[in-house]
Amino acid sequence: MVSIRQPTLVAGSSNTLRDAFGDALVSLAASNPSVLALDGDVAGGTGAYKFRNEFPDRFVQCGIAEQNMVGVAAGLAEAGYLPFVCTFASFMLRGLDQVKLAVAQNGLPVTLVASHPGLDTGPDGASAQCLDDLAIFRAVPGLQVFSPGSPFEVAEIIAARGNASGPAYIRTGRSSHEFREDPGVPFRLGQPRLLREGTDVTIAATGVQVTRCLEAADLLAREGLSAAVFSVHQIKPLDASRIVRSANQTGLLVTSEDHSVVGGLGGAVAQACAGTATDFKIEINGVADSFGQSGDSDELASYYGIGPSEIAARILELTGAEFQRH
Amino acid sequence: MQDSQAHLGRLDELAREARGLALELIYGAQSGHPGGALSVMDLLVCLWDEANPRTLDAGKRQRHLMDHDLILSKGHSVPALYALAQVSGLLALENAAAGLRQLGSPLQGHPDTRFLPWLGTSSGSLGQGLSFACGLALGAKMSELSRKTFVILGDGELQEGQVWESFLFAAHHQLSNLVAVVDRNMLQSDSSTEDIMSLEPLSNKFVAFGWHVLEVDGHDVVEIRRSLEKAHLERGRPSVIIANTVKGKGVSFMENEPAWHGSVAMSETEYRLALGEIAQGRR
Repeated sequence: MVSIRQPTLVAGSSNTLRDAFGDALVSLAASNPSVLALDGDVAGGTGAYKFRNEFPDRFVQCGIAEQNMVGVAAGLAEAGYLPFVCTFASFMLRGLDQVKLAVAQNGLPVTLVASHPGLDTGPDGASAQCLDDLAIFRAVPGLQVFSPGSPFEVAEIIAARGNASGPAYIRTGRSSHEFREDPGVPFRLGQPRLLREGTDVTIAATGVQVTRCLEAADLLAREGLSAAVFSVHQIKPLDASRIVRSANQTGLLVTSEDHSVVGGLGGAVAQACAGTATDFKIEINGVADSFGQSGDSDELASYYGIGPSEIAARILELTGAEFQRH
Repeated sequence: MQDSQAHLGRLDELAREARGLALELIYGAQSGHPGGALSVMDLLVCLWDEANPRTLDAGKRQRHLMDHDLILSKGHSVPALYALAQVSGLLALENAAAGLRQLGSPLQGHPDTRFLPWLGTSSGSLGQGLSFACGLALGAKMSELSRKTFVILGDGELQEGQVWESFLFAAHHQLSNLVAVVDRNMLQSDSSTEDIMSLEPLSNKFVAFGWHVLEVDGHDVVEIRRSLEKAHLERGRPSVIIANTVKGKGVSFMENEPAWHGSVAMSETEYRLALGEIAQGRR
């Protein structure tokens, strides 16, 4: 029996990924004078207000005009600055053509930081719940895509962007969660972190689903099922090697994301597995191809099948036959 | 700014040579946008002279090569810029020899900084250049540099909503180091701008957006240079120069003819005729 590492609740000042972003940006800007924040009148929502309070002269108000905001960021990067474009994920997509041409085709070190992704956005409803950003931004050449699963991972990714040479999209989160972390698991940019070891099923989760999947693993443990849980903080380029190795041992790989099942983490993992010798099934857990609706973040997660209980139940269903043989 | 007759004559000569070369590039490719390349040329020559590129080292960016930034937002007119770079002796001959719009050539159909970083930005999806220019101008202002940013927009391009987001932004941030030049040739791909989606009264719109507005004959280098001097003296707000131009300028059968906007294959007869008219300096 493999020893089970138990991630612990980490006490900290922020219990939302967006607040963690605000703190991390302030910290980076303190040592890097090139860092700027661009806002589209949502600084209170994205966490960028923390930067505005500390560095008002380096905070660029762009108004409710995201196409221009992304273009301005590209120009500032060309002028030698390190701009962070901060808005909600749904509104970042208003500037998609600008992300493609002015940012990515120019290869400029612009960091796009989107709060309010997925059902985690909660009561604002479908128009603000961006369920397609990972799929869309994954398709932009040269754009790195990050989806951290804890305040710790947010801080590490933002700190790394201080040395950025190319563009990136980073997804944070709106709602409060009791994030669990294991400070004993080192952070290497781009490498999925094994937060919990397990032998019966491999779970690769991203964003707020990391915490939910750790909870699901607790539920599964009560049923005698041992689940390995990876936090995949970088979706593109994706380093799937450790996940594939684990899945080859457990025989079942479940990906989990607060995002459409189309083209996000699940799509990226399946793509990585295509053409390589694998000996496992892949289950893509996410929001079925649909729009969301108003509700509390956890309530919505449960309703749309990405809550801890729903994930655990689905895994029991998938492994059930096999387990009865044990 | 040098205003000697010799210098003004040199600018006119550069424009004449570059018009011919732009047509040569487009004829060679059998595709490209001749109308806008010809209308924008005199503006481009004056702004090029202001930006003062010392060399166009293939791998370097504008801030290392030019005194000021020059952004071509109407990217389809880029043959004009390639031609001007070549007749100025700044574009490496092997680049020009690779041809316009050919696989692997740095002379891409629209500006692409992956091939030529000195272009400042990739463009071609209309409406984006002014935002990029706002970023450059704001960056220069925050860094307390005397650097200016010039950006050339097409008039049809003004129908993109992003452009008006940028007009709001530049005025709000008081980017007096930013000069936008509108190539007002009155035509877009299909027809007159006023038929497709009317822009007039254009000057009033810019005034209402808080910009310093100038209007010039876009084929008169003396007038263009005077307007640039006025723009540089302006404090507290950005300047826009509405440059009234003729689409297809310099070639009788292309002038004011929308058919010569887009990718039209030019016959050899048309090409010879056009080169002849340009060489004679039809004005």
